[in-house]
Amino acid sequence: MYDVVVVGAGPGGSIAAKTCAENGLKVLLVEKRQEIGVPVRCAEGISRNALERFVEPKKFFISREVVGAKIFAPDGTEITLSEERAGNEVGYVLERKVFDRYLAKLASKAGAEVLVKTTAYDFERKDGIVRVKLRRMGEEWEVETKVVIGADGVESRVAKFFGIDTTLKPDGIESCVQYLMTNIDFDPDYCYFWVGKSIAPGGYIWLFPKRIGANVGIGVMPSIAEKTPKEYLDDFVQKKFPEGRIVELVAGAVPVCGEIKTAVADNVMLVGDAARHADPITGGGIANAMKAGYYAGKVAVEAVKKNDFSAKFLKRYDKLWKDDFGKELAKKRKLQQKLIKMDDETLNKIAHSIPKNIKELSVRAIVLEIFKKYPKLLWDVKDLIF
Amino acid sequence: MPKKVVTVNRFKCAYCGACVSVCKFNANELIETFLQIYEDRCTGCGICVKVCPMGALEVVECTT
Repeated sequence: MYDVVVVGAGPGGSIAAKTCAENGLKVLLVEKRQEIGVPVRCAEGISRNALERFVEPKKFFISREVVGAKIFAPDGTEITLSEERAGNEVGYVLERKVFDRYLAKLASKAGAEVLVKTTAYDFERKDGIVRVKLRRMGEEWEVETKVVIGADGVESRVAKFFGIDTTLKPDGIESCVQYLMTNIDFDPDYCYFWVGKSIAPGGYIWLFPKRIGANVGIGVMPSIAEKTPKEYLDDFVQKKFPEGRIVELVAGAVPVCGEIKTAVADNVMLVGDAARHADPITGGGIANAMKAGYYAGKVAVEAVKKNDFSAKFLKRYDKLWKDDFGKELAKKRKLQQKLIKMDDETLNKIAHSIPKNIKELSVRAIVLEIFKKYPKLLWDVKDLIF
Repeated sequence: MPKKVVTVNRFKCAYCGACVSVCKFNANELIETFLQIYEDRCTGCGICVKVCPMGALEVVECTT
């Protein structure tokens, strides 16, 4: 019998498996894809601090380091966010194909078993433990485990099987398409963001520099979008980068519904996108997924020690992730609801009147500048900012 | 009235799982990189069509 079966070998799952294995638990990490990290479903950006909390940065999985961000209003007005000290890189653009494998390697080095091209297709709770049905290349078998950690992404089946309702609505999801583009001009020290209802309703277009080319992608909120994100992105790319060439296509969905009530059930914890842990404003998900994976791993270790796998016991995982970043997700969801309502004219007006250079790379910094100029716009969410 | 269901254009699908995340009827599943639609559970509500980044899904009248 396993102590823990982790479903999904993304950053959340691998950190969970690593944490459990390091603490002496018997762990199985299963990944339904035949290649960990592929196909990528991510823009690959993460802040320096968030990454370094869990992983020592290695050259081989970092595609680019950036010093700041450039944000463009619908009329093209540019706002630059960067840290005061030059040469102080604040963000990484990862090579997820390599990064995810590296994390899976850390998990296996700590003692976790790893299976790829393996689907956990059914679960059965019985006598306080879980029977997990696995399928790989037509072969089916069963394993027993005390705890299941569902790190199975935005399309999580674990959540559904164990009755944790995480179904998203069209206003709680960003529908995304991204091209890895070459033959385009940009400053490789910066990430770029274009905002506006006409460009990307309920979301934004991004450019994240990579060693080869850049990730140029879009997220839109389907509840207010009039076309598919691919159509919006194609319009943008044709205008902005007519000579650009697409060497990779990525599609994805990001949960931006904010904090969910609970990410646990008897014997089960959800982490990362499965638990809707992505940031409702930026859409960033790697940092929170790794934190959640770490907390879920820690709680699994305690649960095994106490031999208690009830939802009641596992609630301490809910407390950990909520105290760390869950409440922040709820706040950002409220702010998101405000920001997506702003029309292009308002965004242009804001961009004209706030400082063109902001000495901090954060959403909070830019929202604070907006609040200084237009307190009325954000008055009823002001407690979110301070 | 004939039953309505969702079909997937496999040439357009980029197997991202967006459709699975919004389906409350468990009428679809992303098996590795293959989107499976369970017609018996699909109500043809079309919410997945709305969130598909690629425009790969469509509500049609059930033929079977």
